[in-house]
Amino acid sequence: MRTFALPRITVWRSIATLLITAGVIAAVLRFTLGLGATTNLSDEFPWGLWIGFDFLGIGLAAAGFTIVAAVHLFHAEDYEPIVRPALLTAFIGYTLVVLVLVIDLGRPDHFWHPLVMWNPHSVMFEITWCVILYTTVLSIEFAPIVLEKFNMHEPIKWIHTFSLPFMIIGVLLSTLHQSSFGSLYLIVPNRLYPLWYSPLLPIMFFVSCIASGISMVILETLILSRNGRTLLPPTLRANLAKITAVALAVYLVVRFQDLIGRGDLHYMLAWNYHTIAFYFEVLVGFVCPLALLMFNGVRQSRRGLYCVCIMVLCGFAANRMNTAITGMEIYPTRTYFPSLIEILIMLGIAAVGFSAFAIIAGYLPIFKPEPVPPQITDEPWIRMLAPEEHG
Amino acid sequence: MAQKKALLIDISMCIGCNACQGGCKEANHLPEGEEKRLSPTAFTALEEHDGKWARRLCQHCETPTCVSVCPVGAFTKTADGPVLYDAEKCIGCRYCMQACPFRVPRYEWSSTHPRVQKCIFCYSRLAQGKQTACAEACPTGATKFGLRDDLIAEAHKRMDAEPGKYVSKIFGQEDVGGTSVLYLSPVPFEQMGFDVKLGTEPMPDLTANAMEKIPNVVTVGGVMLGGIWWITKRREEVEKHEGSHKPTPKNQDQK
Repeated sequence: MRTFALPRITVWRSIATLLITAGVIAAVLRFTLGLGATTNLSDEFPWGLWIGFDFLGIGLAAAGFTIVAAVHLFHAEDYEPIVRPALLTAFIGYTLVVLVLVIDLGRPDHFWHPLVMWNPHSVMFEITWCVILYTTVLSIEFAPIVLEKFNMHEPIKWIHTFSLPFMIIGVLLSTLHQSSFGSLYLIVPNRLYPLWYSPLLPIMFFVSCIASGISMVILETLILSRNGRTLLPPTLRANLAKITAVALAVYLVVRFQDLIGRGDLHYMLAWNYHTIAFYFEVLVGFVCPLALLMFNGVRQSRRGLYCVCIMVLCGFAANRMNTAITGMEIYPTRTYFPSLIEILIMLGIAAVGFSAFAIIAGYLPIFKPEPVPPQITDEPWIRMLAPEEHG
Repeated sequence: MAQKKALLIDISMCIGCNACQGGCKEANHLPEGEEKRLSPTAFTALEEHDGKWARRLCQHCETPTCVSVCPVGAFTKTADGPVLYDAEKCIGCRYCMQACPFRVPRYEWSSTHPRVQKCIFCYSRLAQGKQTACAEACPTGATKFGLRDDLIAEAHKRMDAEPGKYVSKIFGQEDVGGTSVLYLSPVPFEQMGFDVKLGTEPMPDLTANAMEKIPNVVTVGGVMLGGIWWITKRREEVEKHEGSHKPTPKNQDQK
């Protein structure tokens, strides 16, 4: 079923191959020489680029649970054509994050310990379990796509019976661990710069992941709606942009109300290392895209949405990296910049992600062969995921 | 319940001789050689601040942050005070290092099987009824080993005996919910590199405040999502039903 071919695939393939090869070599070095020799991590800075990348990957993979919730729980079935791409994004995102986490662990051979050694007081423990369980739920949500490819309809029916509770559990697990990535930092009020530290970090992480998840979906529909295929009609795309705008607005209100409420607004007034990072993050990632999304013209135009979504994702990345790195730095005495090996491993894994998407999308029925009209209801797998009353 | 052991470190009595580190290294079989900062091979170190020394070591908090953050429970707080670490459990996520309010845990970065390293309050010596190696080695009595309650009383006695000699605070008595290492200082603690803004609330409470909402999120969220699913589905059915009687352009499309 060759319905999908990435343009300029040879150029992409060579770049991806290069990045993946470099990443594999870097990973081999990391495992043979240890963390100290290959990274810039230290006792002063025990968490670095990789943790930031995990936050980022999980945030982008939020596409999965937001769209599943919208389409299958809230019955906004017009958006159904993007469910499969979003699920695939989430599935790849989570798999890669787990991979990075294992590389980041000092004792990768002990990675299974949280399964049997429990500490329910630990946010890290909760995140580990949520990620494991949610990846399982994603596999179940994704399984019908694979089964469909091999014409195995019996197990699809079987999965369909359980699909509703699994979808609800999936959304709950996502809500929990998306916010818990923020909770990780609740315990370091003495270390995290006040522009990022907040008792509301879990709420802010959750709201911003909705903005980034939806932006990722919009970006995907834009990128994948080429060569005559339209994934989503422009009006529906514009509606998604409205959801992003609402999430951005809510985020800004929470963020600034919290800064004012804690009396830390004055930190914004200084002009230093931290405020530069703060302004970049807030202006590029939240204020500007929100302002742009106020215009109907922007929401309707491909180019406008491209710009806005890329801004949101950049700002989101900046927010996570600032929380994980910049906010923990004390400039200029204690700073951190990742080593080449840390960067190469991260780029290699990102390349694996993009390649996996392209390969899987070419092999499995991720897109329907025909441009889909929005009101479609009799595809077998929609009935499966959103079952109708029997009888 | 075992009585809590503690150390009282009187900064005014410390002469910076480093015997504490020497004794510690010997007791813990660490490589010899003076170290100025905590490291995987120095569980205690003297930090010089303007001719005075602040001895750094694990504070053995009453409600330890490391115990609460460790996903696999590699840290345990024992009844008589020491906070212990089990390298066999540790997965190396380093959250303890990130979270410790005193920045104490050190990592064996150069190893391919790294462990977290920190003072374990000479746990095996305590079991034999001995005091910690650092307290035993201290020639001036700047580090004194004893029961926590006794040492707090002792600290107050010293402060009352010579008014003005010490700042009126025992660091560790209440900070982050209390620690097993108590300090007396002749100069304000912030001048000796102490973080005096940590507050008296144990750090793990900050996380617990968020974690305790999880059961509510799950139950309320689950019911809400199920409800929305049911309502939106019902609305669709009603629309479909009404549409079969009174066709609108939209429903005609659907048919």
